[in-house]
Amino acid sequence: MSAELQDFVNQPYKHGFVTDIESDVAEKGLSEDTIKMISSKKNEPEWLLEFRLKAYRGWLKMEEPTWSSVHYPKIDLQAISYYAAPKKKPQLNSMDEVDPELLRTFEKLGVPLHERMALAGVAVDVVFDSVSVATTYKKKLAEVGIIFCSMSEAVLEHPELVKKYLGKVIPAGDNFFAALNSAVFTDGSFCFIPKGVKCPMELSTYFRINTEESGQFERTLIIAEEGATVSYLEGCTAPAFSSNQLHAAVVELVALDDADIKYSTVQNWYAGDENGVGGVYNFVTKRGLAKGVNSRISWTQVETGAAITWKYPSVILKGDNSVGEFYSVALTNHHQQADTGTKMIHIGNNTRSTIVSKGISAGVSTNSYRGQVKITPNADDARNYSQCDSMLIGDQSGANTFPYIQVRNNSAQVEHEASTSKIGEDQLFYFAQRGIDAEAAVSMIINGFCKDVFQQLPMEFAVEATQLLGLKLEGSVG
Amino acid sequence: MIYQDSNTILEVQGLRACVNGKEILKGLDFTVRSGEVHAIMGPNGSGKSTFAKVLAGHTAYEVTAGTAVFEGRNLFELAPEERARAGVFLGFQYPIEIPGVANSQFLRLTYNTLQAQRGKEELDPLEFDDFVREKMKMLDMSPDFLDRSVNEGFSGGEKKRNEILQMALLEPKLGILDETDSGLDIDALGIVANGVNQLANKDNATVLVTHYQRLLNYIVPDFVHVMDAGQIIKTGGKELALELENRGYDWVGTEYREAMTTV
Repeated sequence: MSAELQDFVNQPYKHGFVTDIESDVAEKGLSEDTIKMISSKKNEPEWLLEFRLKAYRGWLKMEEPTWSSVHYPKIDLQAISYYAAPKKKPQLNSMDEVDPELLRTFEKLGVPLHERMALAGVAVDVVFDSVSVATTYKKKLAEVGIIFCSMSEAVLEHPELVKKYLGKVIPAGDNFFAALNSAVFTDGSFCFIPKGVKCPMELSTYFRINTEESGQFERTLIIAEEGATVSYLEGCTAPAFSSNQLHAAVVELVALDDADIKYSTVQNWYAGDENGVGGVYNFVTKRGLAKGVNSRISWTQVETGAAITWKYPSVILKGDNSVGEFYSVALTNHHQQADTGTKMIHIGNNTRSTIVSKGISAGVSTNSYRGQVKITPNADDARNYSQCDSMLIGDQSGANTFPYIQVRNNSAQVEHEASTSKIGEDQLFYFAQRGIDAEAAVSMIINGFCKDVFQQLPMEFAVEATQLLGLKLEGSVG
Repeated sequence: MIYQDSNTILEVQGLRACVNGKEILKGLDFTVRSGEVHAIMGPNGSGKSTFAKVLAGHTAYEVTAGTAVFEGRNLFELAPEERARAGVFLGFQYPIEIPGVANSQFLRLTYNTLQAQRGKEELDPLEFDDFVREKMKMLDMSPDFLDRSVNEGFSGGEKKRNEILQMALLEPKLGILDETDSGLDIDALGIVANGVNQLANKDNATVLVTHYQRLLNYIVPDFVHVMDAGQIIKTGGKELALELENRGYDWVGTEYREAMTTV
């Protein structure tokens, strides 16, 4: 790899700073007492404590999975603090009341909150560490019957909805990390779109891990009733800490008849330094249930951060004619490891799924696509199209594609395409010969490569995604 | 064309260059003055394409000896993109494909980069669209070509036209065209050559690197150079190309070696 290219891909993480806000941090370690403490801190009803304890007892019997291609030292789960909340926990009526330090944090991230809201009309449920400190546009959403709040608030104010759907798409015992999350989750977002309502704006949540060594266990639940439509945006950036942080989120989506949920993520957790020291371990379970007829669930993700990414946003296509989509860009550099992909489980008749995965590997990183397409015996006329492209930058990175295809119905049509390309000396020389430096060249090549995914993102998010890849796009997108 | 009041654009002396430790250029002298069209011919492996890439600054090649002065500047002190901005253009034998990037987007980026460098006005997408379409007419290119990804799925002829279009946009001082005629059918060759001829004027210069004489029926050179084993061993007028077409390259080498032994 040329020195120029090396420099470019090795740009330091720009969001590495620590916000100085007093935190209320629990003692390290995990036990039934810890869980009871979390539950009582949050004034939770008895049934939720039971849910947590049951998950915990199941988790104790589970083994950490080893089937993926990621390698990391065993995580000491007793060395993690399971609860951290900003001490100044304000009851806010407007943005003006938000801690100015917090607002400055968002400024540094390039997300001026009020401006962003004003310009884009985005309601932002700010999750800072584990507790929501600012929820906006709530009233406007409430007028059309939409509930958009923190999970803690939903538990207290809409317990019947939470009880009905929590853990129904991803059961507490689904996997090691989902079980852990079910036991100790502290907060997250809750979103309910009632029958027939088209959500009038993009719903957006900014997650940030702020307290060093506090595990983050986000829990998000989105329900779209019959004919409802929602587009949800999740963005993540984290400060540059030297010790690893575990992030084990669970996101559940439920779409009833004719409902449509679009879930977009830009993930930029701290990836560790160029020697692979530090960085977030991102072990996330995301799954949507396309329960109703003609329902649609679409995942779009841009994964640029985290030392390890282990994540397979999936769709269970249960309703007849339901649609599942997965659009992914995963960028790894230095010692980052990503093992990401999706599962499309076809159960209903005439169900359709699309998978477009773009993996970019630089440095000595490894980037694996792992995807399952399963057509069950009763799913007549199911269709899947998968496209998995890898791009290598330099000659020390790796890319893998692991497609698992199980078809148990003869009427199915399943297509899989894969390609690997490389940004090397000749590509950069061509750009240089046209006066374009390496940075702009890589930017243009990468953005072209990712176009099929970026165009699935809401406009302002697509712009941010481009920036988060550390790249600048000259001029307008063609 | 040879002009009386021309300036020296490029002067190369004693150039030696290696790739992967193997010496390809072995003491090469070459001078280009404004207004001139030069053809560099020679058998496969003689170092023609290497010479073109070394002038443009390809990072795989290492210059081990010699100098190259381009418009009074030491060419070898400039990074490849600085050479491009200074007015060195290389038309590639094998232009790369850039999937997902619209040709219009790429062309505008390169155009504006050079405009900015020259302290000239950059064009917004609409202005650029008008500007580029005008240039495309000269090369008989269809407008849908702007929306297609750069060189992706282009035929050999389309790729070469795209190279000449870029030369037309960037208006270089020195245009080096590496095997621009390869992969072109006779009609496309005429169109491409016509484009090159239209771009030539008394202030710039063109260097054609080619294997065959065919291209030189359309673009008439002022000088024809024969390269062999990393050196220019013979220089003549346009009639030399015809002689090469009839007699091949071997005799030039034989003549050269005989002359060297006599000395």
